[in-house]
Amino acid sequence: MSFAAHLINGISLGSVYALIALGYTMVYGIAKMLNFAHGDVIMIGGYVVFVTVSGMGLNPLAAIIISMAACTILGVTIERVAYRPLRGASPLAVLITAIGVSYLLQNIALLVFGSDTKAFTNVVALPNLELFDGQLVIKSVTIVTVIVNIIIMVGLTLFVKKTKIGRAMTAVSEDQGAAQLMGINVNGTIAVTFAIGSSLAAIAGVLLCSAYPALTPYTGSMPGIKAFVAAVFGGIGSIPGAFIGGILLGVIENLSKAYISSQLSDAIVFSILIIVLLVKPTGLLGRKIQEKV
Amino acid sequence: MALLETKNLGISFGGLRAVNEFDISVEKGELYGLIGPNGAGKTTIFNLLTGVYQPDEGAIILDGVNLTGKKTIDICKAGVARTFQNIRLFNEMPVLDNVKAGLHNHYPYSTIEGILRLPRYHKVEKEMNEKAMELLKVFGLEEYAEYQAENLPYGQQRKLEIARAMATDPKLLLLDEPAAGMNPNETKELMDTIRFVRDHFDMTILLIEHDMKLVSGICEKLTVLNFGEVLAQGDTQEVLNDPEVIKAYLGE
Amino acid sequence: MKTKAGRLSKTTKNDLITYAMVIVVYIVMQILVSTGHVSSLIQGLLVPFCTYVIVAVALNLTVGILGELSLGHAGFMCVGAFSSAVFSLAFKDAIPGGLRFFLALLIGAAAAAMVGFLVGIPVLRLRGDYLAIVTLAFGEIIKNIINALYLGVDENGVHFTMKDALSLNMADDGVMLIKGAQGVTGTPNDSSFTIGVVLVLVTLFIVLNFIHSRTGRAVMSIRDNRIAAESIGINVTKYKLIAFTISASLAGVAGVLYAHNLSTLNALPKNFGYNMSIMILVFVVLGGIGNIRGSIIAAVLLTLLPEVLRALSDYRMLIYAIVLIAMMIFNWSPNAIFLRKRLKQRLTTGRKSGKEA
Repeated sequence: MSFAAHLINGISLGSVYALIALGYTMVYGIAKMLNFAHGDVIMIGGYVVFVTVSGMGLNPLAAIIISMAACTILGVTIERVAYRPLRGASPLAVLITAIGVSYLLQNIALLVFGSDTKAFTNVVALPNLELFDGQLVIKSVTIVTVIVNIIIMVGLTLFVKKTKIGRAMTAVSEDQGAAQLMGINVNGTIAVTFAIGSSLAAIAGVLLCSAYPALTPYTGSMPGIKAFVAAVFGGIGSIPGAFIGGILLGVIENLSKAYISSQLSDAIVFSILIIVLLVKPTGLLGRKIQEKV
Repeated sequence: MALLETKNLGISFGGLRAVNEFDISVEKGELYGLIGPNGAGKTTIFNLLTGVYQPDEGAIILDGVNLTGKKTIDICKAGVARTFQNIRLFNEMPVLDNVKAGLHNHYPYSTIEGILRLPRYHKVEKEMNEKAMELLKVFGLEEYAEYQAENLPYGQQRKLEIARAMATDPKLLLLDEPAAGMNPNETKELMDTIRFVRDHFDMTILLIEHDMKLVSGICEKLTVLNFGEVLAQGDTQEVLNDPEVIKAYLGE
Repeated sequence: MKTKAGRLSKTTKNDLITYAMVIVVYIVMQILVSTGHVSSLIQGLLVPFCTYVIVAVALNLTVGILGELSLGHAGFMCVGAFSSAVFSLAFKDAIPGGLRFFLALLIGAAAAAMVGFLVGIPVLRLRGDYLAIVTLAFGEIIKNIINALYLGVDENGVHFTMKDALSLNMADDGVMLIKGAQGVTGTPNDSSFTIGVVLVLVTLFIVLNFIHSRTGRAVMSIRDNRIAAESIGINVTKYKLIAFTISASLAGVAGVLYAHNLSTLNALPKNFGYNMSIMILVFVVLGGIGNIRGSIIAAVLLTLLPEVLRALSDYRMLIYAIVLIAMMIFNWSPNAIFLRKRLKQRLTTGRKSGKEA
């Protein structure tokens, strides 16, 4: 029974990773850049909900919508100010800038909210699911997170396949230059990608803080990096890959915490990234791209 | 025996037959042109010849040595040097160092000798500088030696790329659209340079080109490629008068 | 030949200025310290200055010369620090101070070089973003393993475990060298400002000579155009690995200096986590990617500023972040590069025509 409990805890953690990874994989797949600051947008989303719910006493649902709006604006602003000027520059320059943005968000949060841990109120006010006479408890947050994941996954897939802007995204991801020549507004498309990715980050932030209710300026950074690992694991750019990668990673992390060593669980998670990149760099569901000479 | 020979060379990319049954035979000292419409597979052939791609079937023989399946750096060591369609220089390095990088395998000393500046470092560096300057002079680039490569005018960049390739002391030089993006004056100057390289170094040259004037002006032999297959092959004038070739180039 | 002689002296002159700068600052500091003009706060910073300068120069070798972003250099520093600290602690009474530190230095550099080499083999096959994130992962793995490591020595030899102190099963006379998350305590304080400056000079000597050697040229050619470098017969993997290993080894040297300046050594996120790696990256970017002298100046200034301007310390990180972003956009955005080029062209043609007239 304890194995089942660890497994469920793993799925709970993994579903949060999956949600973050969805945002990562979208931005990486389309803008071809590693948005290092994604995890920190999540943290900001968490703070917005914290302030509106605990500070202003707003209804959680309204708080989530405000948080999504705030993160969307934040994401689009970051893209416009920091990343767009560097379009076409070396990937190294873009990556360092993204690290700078991540650093900036953390330090703004540090100045505004302080370094103390905020106790986050669980916004998922539903009863937990108890099985086998309470021997096995599945938290309602976990169930909600998994459901939200699936809804977002299906929604995103439909969006990319069926809408005009979604098809523009696919085109931009294939070849920015060619897309531009075909009359697609590349900058606009990438801005929309960031908007969607950041609003997903807000949702991820709320669910992350509801499941693990301790909010600090660094809350988003480690889950952000691990979610990137999950996205790579599942195959970067692949929407279902992000989900599968996230769940698997969460399960692996929790099981190694339980059965191997809690201190080494991060090391194990990162080892997985390294092994995946060496054995199958495209991840579980990714596809291969060849460099043109 | 021919210097370069390929037999039945072929490669596919995901169902697309990019090059099919490609045979070519280039004699030592020849100036040989490879022409064809866009997407005919010309650059793919260069990439096969230099080990960037591995052929699905067929063989590449250079001077009696089988190069099939070898890696790029081994092919370079075997004596094949190339330039690129979209110029690939070491942009942030000085012009002189671009050529010295080309001399890399012929003027060795170890990393330790370099860091500690042992006598061999000074000796070999001096030889390298002299050799590199000599090459730059051949291409009329000596006054630019200290320039950062990316600051060179376009025509000179093309020349520097050829100079760098020549620094590897090749048996065969592959030029991928050397005149691309050049104005008529620059093209003419380039033709002189290519001819000069052939005569001065007794070099065998295989070049890809779109500019018909350049091709008919300097190439002794031609192979015309269309949809990955050889359409015509032989002496330049004969090939250019071939009705099949005219059809492929000008349409019906 | 005239131009060639001019060129050689130009790079040599540049290097000499860098060495001279370090030596002059050292002499000035020594005079100020001996005449009592330096606060104890700054005196305490002298060795850390050297540590950060060394690791910044080391990282610049990877970022600026090799052209790959490593976010794991704090990890290599960590390896150098712990391996040398364990050695110095174990031979605290057996070997005299000077020799002991010299050996510790060699051990730290060698250990970091070895880890750098082993990490480099898989990592350098990857490109760009992946390489950065994997070096970050390796850095975290190194930190995690050291935090879980217990190491002790007694009459029966060396014991180690990843579980806890008791599992070491040591004899009563045994000495604990690494106590898990509590790290290493009692490392002899063998470093000094003079030693630090000497190590800075040695680092500069290695890196600057490396850049101007055949190997350095090969590494930079790979940075500028990998495909072209391969086409002229340069072994990409080999030269990447050489540069990365040297860079890791020098980061290890910085770690040795760091460890021997403290009596307690812990692997915390603050000193060996990826935040530290990013801190070093900030030094490199602000000093100018590929600009070795710039890294030195940036490392010193950015370590000094927040200590001198206490009022600033709350905003320090915020300012770093903004400067980092602004620097990247200013230096690397295609528009900015285009504008700078045009400006430069106008200036040079202006000067030329002026000369002719």
